[in-house]
Amino acid sequence: MKIKNLNPNKWVDLYADYLFNYAVTRVSDTEIAKDLVQDTFIAGLKSAKNFKGESAERTWLIAILKRKIIDHYRKSNSKKGKAEVRMSYNSQLDAEGNWMEERIADPNSNFENNILENEELGLAIQNCISKLPKKQAQVFTMKTIQGMETEDICNALEINASNLWVMIHRARTSLMGCLNQNWF
Amino acid sequence: MMISCEKAADICNKAQYKEASLWEKVKLKFHFIVCTTCAEYSKNNTKLTSLCNQARLAVLSDEEKKKMKENFNKVK
Repeated sequence: MKIKNLNPNKWVDLYADYLFNYAVTRVSDTEIAKDLVQDTFIAGLKSAKNFKGESAERTWLIAILKRKIIDHYRKSNSKKGKAEVRMSYNSQLDAEGNWMEERIADPNSNFENNILENEELGLAIQNCISKLPKKQAQVFTMKTIQGMETEDICNALEINASNLWVMIHRARTSLMGCLNQNWF
Repeated sequence: MMISCEKAADICNKAQYKEASLWEKVKLKFHFIVCTTCAEYSKNNTKLTSLCNQARLAVLSDEEKKKMKENFNKVK
């Protein structure tokens, strides 16, 4: 049994998008998210000797990324401490009704749940894409996520349009199957 | 007017990216009347499209990944 099974040369290709999605839903700034992913890879390399092979490579990298995100918030919080925070109970002075009641979150709102669900969904889709054959994943990503024109993809990958649609068809069929259990 | 299931799947996929013509879509709808398998496939395919939109997926561009690799190789 292999104890260590890390392959840093492939990290960017294999996990960058997955980690980026994870980060971007938590810091909601693409530049910061990108930096965090980069930091995660470097930190992963530095602590590669601590990798015990108990978890999958990706899970291990996510654990590092989580700590990077926490660090990021700690840093930005210590800056925030210097700013003045003003809060008014109600901006409209003559508003009627009980202010306490008005402050309490709407129990019927499912706003937070939607965010959580979308985040899980994003990772589930990303996970399914990573199981596709490389070329299919590439075409699907360019077409669906990056929203590129058919012609541009064909030129970039040197394939013809009917090749592209065959790959899109296979990718979509596999994704439907992969997401089927939880999301359909 | 009659189209094969392969053709139907092709139109259905193109429709997901708004690249099917009106006439193609009419033929597709007509095909669904006689073929429940394709109708079901189309339903799931459309669902996949809406899930992808809902998840607001983000990816790094090839350029960004290249840069990331370069930075990464510096520390290696």
